[in-house]
Amino acid sequence: MTDSQKFDLIVIGGGPGGYVGAIRASQLGQKVAVIEKENLGGVCLNWGCIPTKALLRAAELKNNISHLSEFGIEIEGSVNINLEKVVARSRQVAERLSGGVSHLMKKHKVTVIKGVAKINKKISGGWQIAVEGEKKSTVEATNIMLATGARARQIPSMEADGDKIVTYRDAMVPKTMPKSLMVVGSGAIGIEFASFYNDMGVDVTIVEAMDRILNVEDREISDLAHKSFKKRGIKIHTSAKLEAITKSKNDVTATITIAGKQQKITSDRVIMAVGIIGNTENIGLEKIGVKTEKGHIVTNGFGATNVAGIFAIGDVTGPPWLAHKASHEAIICVEAMTNQSDVHPISENSVPGCTYCRPQIASIGLTEDNAKAEGYEIKVGRFPLLANGKAIAMGEDEGLVKTIFCSKTGALLGAHLIGAEVTEMIQGYAIARTLETTEAELMHTIFPHPTISEAMHESVLDAFDRAIHF
Amino acid sequence: MAIDILMPALSPTMTEGILSKWLVKQGDEVRSGDVIAEIETDKATMEVEAIEDGVLAKIIVNEGTEGVAVNSVIAVLAEDGENISEVSDSPTDSNIKDDVKKDVSMLANDSEKASDKSALNNEIPATNQTPTDASSITQASKNINDTPPQKDRVFATPLARRLAAQEGIDLAQVNGTGPHGRIIERDILAFFKSEENVKSADRALSPDTQKVPQQIGSSSEGRFVPHTAMRRTIASRLQFSKQTAPHFYLTVECSIDRLLENRAQLNEMAPEGVKISVNDMIIRASAMALQKRPDVNGWFEEDGCRYFDTADICMAVSIKGGLITPVIRSVEKLGLAELSQITKDLASRAREGKLKPEEYTGGGFTISNLGMFGIKEFAAVINPPQSAILAVGAGEQRAIVKDGEIAVSTMMNVTLSADHRIVDGALGAEWLQLFKGFVENPVTMLI
Repeated sequence: MTDSQKFDLIVIGGGPGGYVGAIRASQLGQKVAVIEKENLGGVCLNWGCIPTKALLRAAELKNNISHLSEFGIEIEGSVNINLEKVVARSRQVAERLSGGVSHLMKKHKVTVIKGVAKINKKISGGWQIAVEGEKKSTVEATNIMLATGARARQIPSMEADGDKIVTYRDAMVPKTMPKSLMVVGSGAIGIEFASFYNDMGVDVTIVEAMDRILNVEDREISDLAHKSFKKRGIKIHTSAKLEAITKSKNDVTATITIAGKQQKITSDRVIMAVGIIGNTENIGLEKIGVKTEKGHIVTNGFGATNVAGIFAIGDVTGPPWLAHKASHEAIICVEAMTNQSDVHPISENSVPGCTYCRPQIASIGLTEDNAKAEGYEIKVGRFPLLANGKAIAMGEDEGLVKTIFCSKTGALLGAHLIGAEVTEMIQGYAIARTLETTEAELMHTIFPHPTISEAMHESVLDAFDRAIHF
Repeated sequence: MAIDILMPALSPTMTEGILSKWLVKQGDEVRSGDVIAEIETDKATMEVEAIEDGVLAKIIVNEGTEGVAVNSVIAVLAEDGENISEVSDSPTDSNIKDDVKKDVSMLANDSEKASDKSALNNEIPATNQTPTDASSITQASKNINDTPPQKDRVFATPLARRLAAQEGIDLAQVNGTGPHGRIIERDILAFFKSEENVKSADRALSPDTQKVPQQIGSSSEGRFVPHTAMRRTIASRLQFSKQTAPHFYLTVECSIDRLLENRAQLNEMAPEGVKISVNDMIIRASAMALQKRPDVNGWFEEDGCRYFDTADICMAVSIKGGLITPVIRSVEKLGLAELSQITKDLASRAREGKLKPEEYTGGGFTISNLGMFGIKEFAAVINPPQSAILAVGAGEQRAIVKDGEIAVSTMMNVTLSADHRIVDGALGAEWLQLFKGFVENPVTMLI
């Protein structure tokens, strides 16, 4: 590679937003490069979605074993966890996929530049970027797409030390299992770790500042998850303000205030999962005047920033911090940038969200509260998995499928699911929303029997007082 | 399986047309894309293309047939390898029909095709008979329309269809921005938003889809303003007018010295609050000319011309975001004071957006006056389906030659745009002569 190589598009950050956008741009005939400082695949693939799913699968298997006798399978001897192997498998999965992304880059003729990128200056017909890798170089591009992602938010004086106070990254490669663990924050990340460590036999306590866990989910789903976790022995403190964390030689003590009353919780380890902040620093944004707000880059629906030729997508542009949203935004951004037809911004209410705790949680669109707050008159359908044949047969009859329709138009405003396999089912409602189906088409759809997805059908029927099996 | 060739729609509003010409004969082999027939309406002629390969098994509607309903079956195409005689020998006995219907239903993979086919077998009168009676065909095709839905060429999502139905929006009027131009919720909402009078259903609109998409990159330059309903109406009506009505233009210069004099006198005598304008007098003069030459006072329609006894005259009023043409009925019966009050009232209510639909529909003639802007003369676009429009320029003092000498006179140019399909040149000229006479000798129009 010679200095100042010129590209049509340079993507900064090779995560699920960046590399997907790069491939799409290449498909559209652009000369594209991705600058990545670490591993292709980003947090999602290396330190997020994927490796945690490997861990949670281990937890699920372990949990299944404890239920074997219910199915008439008896085993003798003890069940032991080899933590090192659990973690190693998780890392192998991540590595395999990261290697897969490298292959995809080659296949789609995307140049991958290893190093840290910083936008240098505007040049005629584009931008110059300085790359600090094995050696220093500069590259040029007509357009730049920032896909630098985000990192765990830190609370001053409670910063992670990688030992007793950790963030997601250390939490997924534990060297030892703590006896007790406190998870601060009950978003998807916090809840997944709480679920994993609990299944692995750790005494877990969740501390949440809001009045309920999984606060972006529908209140009813939050409540069901809360009950289910409590049943599993997870302690949950909501409306709890974290005042301080003090470390001692062997443990960590957190001071929390609930309804004016202070209490101390001591545990071996604390996972801080109190949100995400965009990686907006040290990429040259200040110099060229790219507007940021609350730690995130401000963009329009097509990823355009306030500076022409500079685009941004994914976590660095703000919540919801979801890999699939980043990928989709990247595609929209690249298509808009190259003036393709039929390009429209993401509809916020069509982004599904999944949490892979046990029981799983998946949702799309408006919650009941939000739908009401936005002035909709709604019809709500509910179908519990305890009335679903497949769920009962599987021994997974805990759960609910809740659907919310606009009374007037029959539009599917939202769907909120908790229970087995719901993360694999939510796409059905996502397609329904994209195709703008009303309750009529969903009612006319034949759902295969016996599946848990039949509950999706029944929930729709129930919203219109037509449920058959409940 | 035999394929029905349907009467296509030339425009969203077209309900029937004339099958003017068959370009292929029964038994001819056709390929997808071949032009096989021509159809026409009052507005246009269009070619019908074959959409599948095959052999034209049967012509059901003969050429020259008028009033053929949109979506009625005009011919049947046999697919390659299919026995033509089987297709063309449509059974007439009802028992056989039922059998065929069953067979077709069983054979057809596509249930929609099957229902179309069964409808054909049920409703089309024996196709061996030569259908000379157009009305029977129309009847038959109407029956077809009552049977399971035809492909109406408007693609819309279920939610968009339901919203449109609830709000009484004609889907054909809506621009689709979804995949492949499909009409989606957002399009209905955008259309709906542009309909200024409808506010009650705002609650049903989900806020996330209301954002109007904007392109970025090179196409983001300039300021994009989505169409209002008025802009759409102006665009479609005037485009229709210019594309279908062959306009011609006649200009005449009128001296308005006397008109101004008389106007001053009239206003002196007029009751409190009445101030007759030059425009009122022009409207009056037009009405009188229309009474004398009623063959200018009409509409051009598909099968003939329609003439009016009363001089119902529209006046173009510029309003926020466009213009509107309120109509003054039976101007010939109105005194100038009364006329003046009516025009004043209509114009002010037009600007406030408070006209009732019946106050801006109909009329046989339109006047557009840009004189107040100092426009000397201009040619206006006819307000369809009317026959003509009068464009009025500014009154100004000019040097004219009068009795061999140069004199100063206040002159006003008017231009008549007429639709040559209903008004010929000489007729337009005669009308303008009459108009000029009334304007130059206002006393004559007061009779």
